[in-house]
Amino acid sequence: MTAKSLRLVIGGILLVVALAILPLLAIDVPGVLPGPTYTPGTLQLLAFALLIAALALTYRMMFGLAGLLSFGHALFFAAGAYGLAMTLEAFGPAEWPSALVFTVAIAVTLVLGFVLAATVGALALRVTGISFAMVTLAFAQAGSVLIRRNPGSATGGDEGLALDTAHVPPELVGVVDTRNLYWVALGILVLVYLIVLSVEKSRAGHVAEAIRENELRVRVIGLRPYNVKLLVFIAASVLASVAGMGYLLLQSGAAPRIATADFTLTLLVIVVLGGVGARWGAIVGGIVYTLLDQRLTALAGSDAIAALPDILRVPLSEPLFILGTLFVLVVLFLPGGIAGLPARIATGRKQHPAEPEETVDA
Amino acid sequence: MSGPVADEPILSVRNLYGRIAGQQVVEDVSFDVPATGVTALLGRNGVGKTSTIKSILGLIDRTGEVRLAGERIDRAPTHRIVQRGVAYVPEDREVFGSLTVAENLRLAERDRSPRRELVASLFPDLEARREQRAGTLSGGQQQMVSLARALVNENRLLLVDEPTKGLAPRIVDEVADALAEAARTAPILLVEQNLLVVRRLAERVVVLSSGRVVFTGPAEELLDDHDRVQRFLGVHDEREAA
Amino acid sequence: MDTLVLLLITGLGLGALYFLVASGLSLIYGLMGVLNFAHGAFLTIAAFLGWEAGRRISDGTWTGLAISALVGILVGATVAVLTEVLIIRRLYERHIEQALVTVGISLAAVALFEGIWGTDPIYTDRPAWLTQTTEILGARIPNDRFLLIACAALVLGGIVLFLRRTRYGLIIRAGVENRHMVTALGIDVRRSFTLVFAIGGAAAGLGGVLASVYYGYVSAHLGSVLLIFAFIVTVIGGLGSLTGAAIASVLVAVLQQFANFYLGGTGDLVVVVLLAAVLLIRPRGLMGKAA
Repeated sequence: MTAKSLRLVIGGILLVVALAILPLLAIDVPGVLPGPTYTPGTLQLLAFALLIAALALTYRMMFGLAGLLSFGHALFFAAGAYGLAMTLEAFGPAEWPSALVFTVAIAVTLVLGFVLAATVGALALRVTGISFAMVTLAFAQAGSVLIRRNPGSATGGDEGLALDTAHVPPELVGVVDTRNLYWVALGILVLVYLIVLSVEKSRAGHVAEAIRENELRVRVIGLRPYNVKLLVFIAASVLASVAGMGYLLLQSGAAPRIATADFTLTLLVIVVLGGVGARWGAIVGGIVYTLLDQRLTALAGSDAIAALPDILRVPLSEPLFILGTLFVLVVLFLPGGIAGLPARIATGRKQHPAEPEETVDA
Repeated sequence: MSGPVADEPILSVRNLYGRIAGQQVVEDVSFDVPATGVTALLGRNGVGKTSTIKSILGLIDRTGEVRLAGERIDRAPTHRIVQRGVAYVPEDREVFGSLTVAENLRLAERDRSPRRELVASLFPDLEARREQRAGTLSGGQQQMVSLARALVNENRLLLVDEPTKGLAPRIVDEVADALAEAARTAPILLVEQNLLVVRRLAERVVVLSSGRVVFTGPAEELLDDHDRVQRFLGVHDEREAA
Repeated sequence: MDTLVLLLITGLGLGALYFLVASGLSLIYGLMGVLNFAHGAFLTIAAFLGWEAGRRISDGTWTGLAISALVGILVGATVAVLTEVLIIRRLYERHIEQALVTVGISLAAVALFEGIWGTDPIYTDRPAWLTQTTEILGARIPNDRFLLIACAALVLGGIVLFLRRTRYGLIIRAGVENRHMVTALGIDVRRSFTLVFAIGGAAAGLGGVLASVYYGYVSAHLGSVLLIFAFIVTVIGGLGSLTGAAIASVLVAVLQQFANFYLGGTGDLVVVVLLAAVLLIRPRGLMGKAA
């Protein structure tokens, strides 16, 4: 291990520790956080941001590493949330202890997520480029329609599905225990990060990267891009369902919104906003996006905005308008996203998009 | 045609580099194309002949200096270069398969008075097939369409890439005839594997090896030197290359 | 029999809407390689402004509707052209980034529309005839279906004529097949990029006004819903093929209607299954060029 990577590891550990003790501190960042860091409202928001960061990290692994532009990632997040909620509701032998039921339900959901990911991935990866994006969109759309249609009253339809807490450990239920949920979310983020890291550093990860650059060359040297892409797809999707399970616990329920194409598009926005080139870009993107979204919503309802003339008030009171516009500006003027900022500042403003680095023709 | 200076080259390429998806495919290539006759661009397969032509036209990213009759064209977009009188006959024809022959030709017309009679007399076969979709033509006929698209305008330079590739010997002769005719109207830079065709048409040759120019000179000087032909082009004699 | 006719004609009417969105999507993708997520926003803004103009001049009459349609077409075309010239063009040849900015535009646009016109659908007035039905072979067909079908047929005919009979049409057809070779013939293909955006935007704009007739309301999400189906139609028909888009529009919409009626409201699912099947069996779509 080189000195630089050692510093990075130590920095990472310190960062995680710092995040872990946040609920014990009373840090107040006016304008960014709704209240001091130990309050349930703030912890709820932070935990949500961490989960979205984890989800964005899995999306980046597909899009940034393997070049797979999926419009269906929300499906797997929703599969985790709805899968766990439905398993907990449907299954629970009275003689089993709650903890066992809870563990088994998580395992069942993981298996479901894996089977779903393997099926969708195996089918969708038979096509590439824009067609791949479309197949994934179609599958996600099917999932979204199913959830809204509420077959056998299993998904709750438009109302969403409330978490059946009978078998959920009591430490993870209730407003007072928000900080436990915060730690769970942090744990999920760290877990996802480590797995993503190990996939990216593995041989498969390098091959996936090579495929993104030049699929033909990979084929020529005798590797099967399909298998590698499938592996990355399944890993990212299963991890997305893990994040989905965290979301279910945190929100005490699942809403149909998380299965929509718009939700996937939001992920895409997050990843590009943070910077496709770097893992930490996805994490920063996820956290910045969630906080921005929340604060912009709060801002939208504020008196300062209400006092503005219509032409300013209307756009400013729509968080998604601001985020969408911001996104367009980032794609146009800041190709590396937030993660690309340090390098851009270091090299001056020379590297404006004069030439396409890689044109991905579908 | 009376150029300003008789021996000024129509095309001069200096230190040309070309990249496709970040990969260097043309490296420091320099050569001239004289204002008359046919200049052949030769080299083994994959040496960057097609990429050189595409770099000249700006179809791939390039840096370096390219002058057309003294004027820089290395910054201009492809369509402007073509509008200045550089016609392109690409490798593999690239006719528009879903368009008719007539539509292919009409699309290519950029002069006020296109030379339709010349094209009709050069390629009588195409006249009969004007309303046929180009995609349904034979390879030879498609090559005729591709040549006709270039010759329908008045050009200062023709860039012709492997016009006889994959064609039957009889068709090769026809294409060579058409090229000989075309050479009377404008100078040609020709990429060609068939050395018989090269010997028949070309006055000068430029040889590329690993992206660089390794020989420039009269065509006979190279073609009569079996040793160099073997070394540069990897073939024993013209018959084998054909 | 009468149910069959009703489903068929209703399907055709819905297919007409899909086609108005998909035609532009398909041409834009075919020529430029841009997957245009903003297309739904073009439709929605045209529907809103068309409705605003129509109701101010003559609400619920044919004149009002004609004005709505005219305004819708103009707005759709203008917004599309502005999008292409101001934003898409800066990312020339970078297809992923181009798709990404259109995603951003669509998110921002929907939010803005919600801010201006609210989140709830606004019910619109229509000429009385459109709310009535006509009996054909025993089936009572809502009259608005005929309007939709007629308009889509006119648009299809108009675009086909334009593509077949004009030089720009020729350039677009050639460009869909091989954009680089068009440039290599000395043609500035970028000008036709703006043109296909204008055509696509105009068709979507008309589609927006007609969608408000079909659904009976305008809402900020009008475009997003139609866009997903238009994408599916475009892919099934073959990206870049206008005929393919027309055939697939009808196929998808009719299938959707039949599945909704006979298979317990599973229309959306059946369409998705169809898409997956087409992509797996014939990835380039019904009429698309070979990938």
